[in-house]
Amino acid sequence: MSLNPEEMKEKLGLGPDKVWGIIGEFSEPEDLVVAGRKIKEMGYTKLDAMSPFPVHGIDDAIGIPQSRLGWMVIWCSAAGAATALLLIWWVGAINYPLVIGGKPLFDFSYSVPVTFELTVLFSAFGAFLGMFGFNGLPKLYHPSFKHPSAYRATDDRFLLVIEADDPQFDPHKTVADLKSVGAAMVEVVEG
Amino acid sequence: MSLVVEQNPALLELNPPLVQAKSIHDVTEQISVITEGDVVKTPTKYWIALGITSSITVVLACMLTFLVWNGIGVWGNNRPVGWAWDITNFVFWIGIGHAGTLISAILFLFRQKWRTSINRSAEAMTLFAVMCAGLFPLFHTGRPWRAYWLFPIPNTDLNIWQNFRSPLIWDVFAVSTYFTVSLLFWFTGLVPDLATLRDRATTKIRQWVFGALSLGWRGSARHWTNYEKAYMILAGISTPLVLSVHSIVSFDFATSVIPGWHTTIFPPYFVAGAIFSGFAMVMTLLLAARWLLNLQNLITIKHLENMNKIILVTGTVVGYAYASEFFIAWYSGDVYERFTFWNRAFGPYWWAAWSMYTCNVFIPQLYWFRGCRRNLWVMFIISITTNIGMWFERFVIIATSLTRDFLPSSWGEFHPTWVDMATFFGTFGLFLTLFLLFARFLPMIAISEVKGVLVNEKHAFKGEEVLAK
Repeated sequence: MSLNPEEMKEKLGLGPDKVWGIIGEFSEPEDLVVAGRKIKEMGYTKLDAMSPFPVHGIDDAIGIPQSRLGWMVIWCSAAGAATALLLIWWVGAINYPLVIGGKPLFDFSYSVPVTFELTVLFSAFGAFLGMFGFNGLPKLYHPSFKHPSAYRATDDRFLLVIEADDPQFDPHKTVADLKSVGAAMVEVVEG
Repeated sequence: MSLVVEQNPALLELNPPLVQAKSIHDVTEQISVITEGDVVKTPTKYWIALGITSSITVVLACMLTFLVWNGIGVWGNNRPVGWAWDITNFVFWIGIGHAGTLISAILFLFRQKWRTSINRSAEAMTLFAVMCAGLFPLFHTGRPWRAYWLFPIPNTDLNIWQNFRSPLIWDVFAVSTYFTVSLLFWFTGLVPDLATLRDRATTKIRQWVFGALSLGWRGSARHWTNYEKAYMILAGISTPLVLSVHSIVSFDFATSVIPGWHTTIFPPYFVAGAIFSGFAMVMTLLLAARWLLNLQNLITIKHLENMNKIILVTGTVVGYAYASEFFIAWYSGDVYERFTFWNRAFGPYWWAAWSMYTCNVFIPQLYWFRGCRRNLWVMFIISITTNIGMWFERFVIIATSLTRDFLPSSWGEFHPTWVDMATFFGTFGLFLTLFLLFARFLPMIAISEVKGVLVNEKHAFKGEEVLAK
């Protein structure tokens, strides 16, 4: 195989941007993990899997890095706490100082409840928006939906995806590789 | 794919969806068909129940309109009881919500797998209960269209800021945070299941609706990695949040100087009571939904029994708090405090106090008996009496302290009006209507979670040999 992926795609009449990837189907989560590991050992790097529930071990098998969400949420928490303290201090002691019940214009003790609540609120938004943001959602369309079993990836099928921008990608060989690790219904998916 | 779960009898009772299912496709099938209504017809009794509850919601709408039209004088709130049924009902409904968060977050962190059959509906219940709770302070303002004054939004019609030294503003933050976080948590859990419904959709409308709601979820391994992290974080922050919300609600009382309110036991006591009443409400709803939508195979006696054990524990904790309050009142030597508790048990509201002790402390003790924990009629009745008892608890705390404070010259009585009663009654209509709509139109059980639990159980039996291959 001396042709590079672009030339190969040209030859197949798919055009340089047409092929998005190749998807193979499995019916058992363990088979997906085993096949994913083998495919990764063959040197593929642009891998993904689709499954109706989180399959344990798949991240490791196909080399998906750990989620960075935790760090983002930590920063959101800090922002929440800072917002609350600044708000209470600026509103009570700077912008509109009023002595009520002889209490100080600003104090940490009575700021605790609101600070806590805003910390939680900001963290929750961080986790929620961060999760969808890192996942590139919301998205109305995705090429993988073209696979005939894509609609079963939310039901009872497990799909292994090799994307076309993988340096090792080669329409013929990749299809054969996926079949060799036991995938059924291996299909080239256009973008 | 097939499942091998028969080896574990304990699992049979706890995870019925997957146990009866021959394959994980059956799980999708069993839970989704309820929302689709074309394969399995929705029982007529469901539509009758929905008709009744939505009629009661109309009562609520009429009462709120009547209130806004005439002013809050149509409620029985008056000197000396300026906070009456509205705050009683507010605290009651907020407390109901707490069991939902407890089931979804705390049981998740403790890896209690039996929660998967009930967590989705319990979370939904939280949202609906908090909506009902929010109505009371909102309409007690008299001018609900000015409710944004409660939030620190710069505005030119008020030109003043909120007083952050007051527990009432803490409450605004606690309750609105609680609602928002519960909604985000619930929706996060729902997205993969909405994608399942999208992929099963046969009509254009369902394709559009679930296509939009599922946000393009495709079950990618990258999605799941971030999803599991987000779910864990949301569960982790919801746990202290739920404890803080009822603690802050109790600060509304505890930071005042009124005898019977000014006590440090209030935060844990309120939290225990909230979980107690919330579990009872989950029980009432699950028993109703189980019967109305024929879910006996999804929600088993074992789930209900586990919940009854929690009701027994929290009911007994509440009983301990009552006893402790009486002891401290006596031990403190404070005459006002002593009088308040004597008056609570033997004063003009003795009937309310004894209803509360009976319903909350004595009746749940029946759950020491296994036969009672597993009897549907017994648990239905106890779930109702518990909620009656917990409503009375809030009423007793509010009415007995406010009608008999320091100076006999400021003593008085409280009489609810028919508007008070019809408004409270109406919130049950709203709550139940929302719950019934949810149970019919959204997946009531977390499909992806049930699948994950079941498949991982299967791994536990097979050992790790598959992964070692």
